[in-house]
Amino acid sequence: MAGRPPYEPPIQSVLGQIVDAVLMLVLVFITLYLPLLFKLAGGGTSTTELPNPTWDSLGQNATMAGQWEKLGFTPEKAAGIIGTRFDYSFNWGLVALTAAIIVGYFIVMFRYSDRQYREVIAEHFDGSSKG
Amino acid sequence: MTTVQPIAERASVQLAAGAEAAAPPPSAGRKVALLRVLGPGHVWALGVGIVLVGEFMGWNFAVGKGGAVAALAACWLAGILYTCVAMIDSEITSTVAAAGGQYAQAKHIIGPLAAFNVGLYLVMAYTMLEVSNAIVAGDLIEAFAQSLGLEGAIDKRAFMVLTVVALAFLNYRGVLATLTLNLVITAAAFAAIVVLFVATQPWAPGTVLKHEALLGGLPYGALGILAAMHFGLWFYLGIEGTTQAAEEVRSPARALPLGTMTGMMTLLIAATLTWYVCSGLMPWEYLGQAVTPLYDAARLTGSRWLELFLFLGTLFATVASANGCINDASRAWFAMGRDRYMPVWFGAVHPTYRTPYRAVVFFVPIAILFAVSTPLDQTITFSILSGLLGYTLMALSIVLFRRKWPLGSIQRGYVHPLHPLPAALLLVLCVVTYLAVFLGYGTQLLAMMAFYIAASAWFVLHRYKYVRRGEQFTMPWPKPRGY
Repeated sequence: MAGRPPYEPPIQSVLGQIVDAVLMLVLVFITLYLPLLFKLAGGGTSTTELPNPTWDSLGQNATMAGQWEKLGFTPEKAAGIIGTRFDYSFNWGLVALTAAIIVGYFIVMFRYSDRQYREVIAEHFDGSSKG
Repeated sequence: MTTVQPIAERASVQLAAGAEAAAPPPSAGRKVALLRVLGPGHVWALGVGIVLVGEFMGWNFAVGKGGAVAALAACWLAGILYTCVAMIDSEITSTVAAAGGQYAQAKHIIGPLAAFNVGLYLVMAYTMLEVSNAIVAGDLIEAFAQSLGLEGAIDKRAFMVLTVVALAFLNYRGVLATLTLNLVITAAAFAAIVVLFVATQPWAPGTVLKHEALLGGLPYGALGILAAMHFGLWFYLGIEGTTQAAEEVRSPARALPLGTMTGMMTLLIAATLTWYVCSGLMPWEYLGQAVTPLYDAARLTGSRWLELFLFLGTLFATVASANGCINDASRAWFAMGRDRYMPVWFGAVHPTYRTPYRAVVFFVPIAILFAVSTPLDQTITFSILSGLLGYTLMALSIVLFRRKWPLGSIQRGYVHPLHPLPAALLLVLCVVTYLAVFLGYGTQLLAMMAFYIAASAWFVLHRYKYVRRGEQFTMPWPKPRGY
């Protein structure tokens, strides 16, 4: 089984490790936190505002009104919660784009993983690297 | 007590391996046998303990997305999804009995990039669950203070920060005692659900529970059932953690599927009880956005002692879950550092406490940042999305596993029946859940994908050069078919 010697990775400097660690934090911050900070993500909702709301005008029956009151709500305080609805209208183009991103992500991941996996198997079983 | 000891042992073995990993080559030092002391009951306790917090908070956002009836449908549909997860994971984990769970499985079955992503799924799912728990703990204490007439006297953000920092400190110092305590308080939390159910007199509809007047039908129509599937996963997220104990069970072939499936049944029952009590006490609009639904249900019964019991139950469940999350996330991060998927600096073990202290501390600022400034539904969505990506990968992974090592080619602890039907069903339900998340939270779905795509690019273009190739495969198996 003559082949190339096992792959010997370079030694990463302490500075390089710090940079890599900070990079992961920055990545979390940019991709996950900033969209929330700028209210770009989540809560695809719309709110209907009713002037001078009553339990009746909010569509709440007597039992519902009683439970709201036990929870410490008045019609004015509850109106914002009751009037908020998810907006499920969407365009198919955005659905297709999102689906393409997810499917593409998995396809690329499996292809690259397989390429790396072949190196792993070659080195583990044959003692050589095909990389 | 006996239940948690092996967990600590497993952690200590992993950490010992990590300590050796700091001085290459590490592989020879990893052959440490773990004590096989766990039975099906232990596996059951491990799974239910991780997941039970999902009954106390988060699931009810499914009500907000589709109404109470849609949430019940989502609860059962998600139950089918997790049954498939449990079946597939039982086979893989009882066979790939390597420390590191799904991360180690991906290394052996798919390859390093997939393993890197699975490691990140675990870290992000657990960290965002920890954040969610901290948010609930803060909100709960504020609500309880208000109910005692102390409105405005406390700042809930202080309790959120305190929860994260205190639990990180405990994990820094070592977790045996806290994991032992975890089991006790999980049992108390489960008892709280059952007591609340009995106290609401379910045998006399209309007396305390008023479903007829409160249910509210399907406010979004059938689309609401699809949309509710998003948060329906929260009822069970983490049940796959049962199979992490594969190396420590006496009889994996029996204990893993039995413990996991009985865990699933327990959660299905607990989820249905929770839904029944809450939907019979609260208008769906309130329930759909409540931070502490079970505690609110207890308040609505008018019983002070029940309110106190559910306050403690919710607090216990969230603290126990957050503690477990810090433990699990830090170990996944540590394992990635040990394998050089992340800087080896994270693969270090504390010289005195034998904990992955750098990995524990690393996520504290992220957890605090999200806890004090992010709505609960958003952090839960991040956690669910990471779990969902992992389940999708699992459905594909089992197909590769059976193809690379067909039945009979290696010894399997457990063979799940009807393959590939569970994998196909799991994949279909995952697609349904992606659509459900897209409805209302599409931007977050894209943000999460952007994170994993950018991280994957970083791994392929930069990080992978530090990884030792041959050491990624440690199982004593023949060469995979086709390689």
